[in-house]
Amino acid sequence: MPPRASKRKATASHNSSSVTSADDSPTGTITGLDNVILIAPSDKNKTKKTDRLDTLFDSYANCSSGIIDPEGIEALCSDINVEHTDVRILMFAWKLKAQRQGYFTRDEWRSGMKALKVDSLSKLKKGLPELEKEVNTPGNFQDFYSYAFRYCLTEEKQKTVDIESVCELLNLVLGSQFQSKVDLLIEYLKIQSDYKAINLDQWMGFLRFCKEISFPDLENYDADLAWPLILDNFVDWMKEKRC
Amino acid sequence: MSRLHDKGAEECLKRERERVSHYLHSSSETKLVEKVQHELLVVHVNQLLEKEHSGVHSLLRDDKLDDLSRMFRLYHKVTRGLEPVSNVFKQHITAEGTALVQQAEDAASSQAANGGVQEQVLIRKIIELHDKYMTYVTDCFQNHTLFHKAMKEAFEIFCNKTVAGSSSAEQLATFCDTILRKGGSDKLNDEAIEETLEKVVKLLAYISDKDLFAEFYRKKLARRLLFDRSANDEHERSILSKLKQQCGGQFTSKMEGMVTDLQLAKEYQSSFDEYLGNNPSTRPGIDLQVSVLTTGYWPSYKSSDINLPAEMARGVEVFKEFYDNKNKHRKLTWIYSLGSCHINAKFDQKPIELIVTTYQACLLMLFNTSDKLSYPEIMTQSNLSNDDLPRLLHSLSCGKYKILSKEPNTKTVTQNDSFEFNRKFNDRMRRIKVPLPLVDERKKVVEDVYKDRRYAIDAAIVRIMKSRKVLGYQQLVMDCVEQLSRMFKPDIKAIKKRIEDLISQEYLEREKENPNMFRYLA
Repeated sequence: MPPRASKRKATASHNSSSVTSADDSPTGTITGLDNVILIAPSDKNKTKKTDRLDTLFDSYANCSSGIIDPEGIEALCSDINVEHTDVRILMFAWKLKAQRQGYFTRDEWRSGMKALKVDSLSKLKKGLPELEKEVNTPGNFQDFYSYAFRYCLTEEKQKTVDIESVCELLNLVLGSQFQSKVDLLIEYLKIQSDYKAINLDQWMGFLRFCKEISFPDLENYDADLAWPLILDNFVDWMKEKRC
Repeated sequence: MSRLHDKGAEECLKRERERVSHYLHSSSETKLVEKVQHELLVVHVNQLLEKEHSGVHSLLRDDKLDDLSRMFRLYHKVTRGLEPVSNVFKQHITAEGTALVQQAEDAASSQAANGGVQEQVLIRKIIELHDKYMTYVTDCFQNHTLFHKAMKEAFEIFCNKTVAGSSSAEQLATFCDTILRKGGSDKLNDEAIEETLEKVVKLLAYISDKDLFAEFYRKKLARRLLFDRSANDEHERSILSKLKQQCGGQFTSKMEGMVTDLQLAKEYQSSFDEYLGNNPSTRPGIDLQVSVLTTGYWPSYKSSDINLPAEMARGVEVFKEFYDNKNKHRKLTWIYSLGSCHINAKFDQKPIELIVTTYQACLLMLFNTSDKLSYPEIMTQSNLSNDDLPRLLHSLSCGKYKILSKEPNTKTVTQNDSFEFNRKFNDRMRRIKVPLPLVDERKKVVEDVYKDRRYAIDAAIVRIMKSRKVLGYQQLVMDCVEQLSRMFKPDIKAIKKRIEDLISQEYLEREKENPNMFRYLA
């Protein structure tokens, strides 16, 4: 099929409304008739593209469940030469709007890959830097950051994520932008015993904290404002550490 | 010499006024008086007030009521002239009150056993202090609001201090218990008792942990009612109505329920006795008195599954039948830990009637069928746990009266001990009470109150947010504190924590554009 596909692509730009008889695509032709059935090439290309995506999807999907499971994702990662724990995979999941951690459904795959404007592994790999840039725009980053937390809520009705996982996630998602702040925050989270798990509100608070509060003096932190209590405690801990 | 100065000032002003009325136009009087006042009083105000030997301080210290009245009259006319005076007043009272608290703390630590007595002394002294300075406010300071406020703030400072581990709320509740108990205030007549109760309720206004007071009071009230230790029913009702007036109906509703319950319990008992009289076959062979209490009003009690001796078990069965007949839809839960028993013990020398708790009685009756029992055997037969058993056995074998003899004869009870009926025991009395020391309930009371506070804070937050829909954090905290202040002073961190939990439970959410604002989620 591949050679066929690329040939198809080459003709995509022509706005011809005829169907060549050389086409033996199962869609839309009735051979032996004078009538011509109009199929707009873009639609045709769309379906072809969808086919490509589907094929790609199928190559990683679990046969019985019809969705890509953790094993499939790992295979995908190895094929594009990216660690499955790399933040870019999380960004990929965000782009796919994947609902369930470790799984991609066909719809998520289709819409995500189309949004990325890629339909092959090599294109996907090449598209990663741009995806990173897209995620890091102020408008998107907040959304991505929130998504990263919610992606970890694997059980039904789960509202919090355990400290260990939160620390890893913080490092993954904020490490590049706010390394020193994140390191201190993680140190505190591991030492403290008030909270065994973090909820979304606290999680979002961490981002706001890193963005707004000056380090390491913490001068502009006002505990009388509505910062989550865990951050009040973190600031107290930091101040004690200094003395 | 400020006193002379003031007297002199008063004279001076008087003479100026006279001069004005003689020589000057009447409109000049006001301005002139103001100017003189200003020169005499305001310019030197701080010096006058704080002077070591003659300032307000010393006047208070030496109880110079007339001079204080004069000072008030003079400074009253000066704009904001009374503020410094009331400040010194407040500081003075605070110092005296704090000294009293320190005295009590020192006394308590030097005589560890008498901690309780010290608390009673402290409360009495604080009441006296209050009476004394209230007189100042009404007589010298003409009931001026500034001075009422000064007194209130001063008392709020030292009335919330802990002495020997006991909070002021607990101290006050214990004080009430002492007065209301039988033998507690024999020296006072009814009128004096009423007066004291009145003053106690006034002191409560200064204590911030009113909910803690209520819980301690309720626990002690329960014990007075159940063990028939209340001296006078009228006094009990009187203080409740005073508390109701000061703190609202919700504060006293449970306590009132308790007092009513006992009334009803007496009526039930009469009809139970009648029932037994009419049905001789049902008689359990023991004299049984049952108090039926309404669960919601009384403090919560643990009830354990003790194995009752046959006679008691029979009594319980009979009462249950009687009660179920009258109340088909109610469930009885038996709290044996609150019961008491009169049990006859046949010692070698003479029989003695023992007044014990139900638990103690159950243990003693085990020895009707066995001569000697080991700790584990007692545990199995009675079905009591290691939480209760050592304390109970100790009271019967190591305390003032050794009804049981313990082997080995050490001062503490261990799981390796065994016990025997001490037939050689004797006492000159024919009836003795074998005391069982109380378990310290302080920890549980504090725990229960703190738990209730969490619910109270939640309810306040939800109530406020429901009506305001969107509200800033600081305003929410302020409103919360205000709403709850009638019962306790909420910790700001506790409020923050509750807000976070409510966000988790999706009652509230943080506004996206302004993280310091919250929105109510219907």
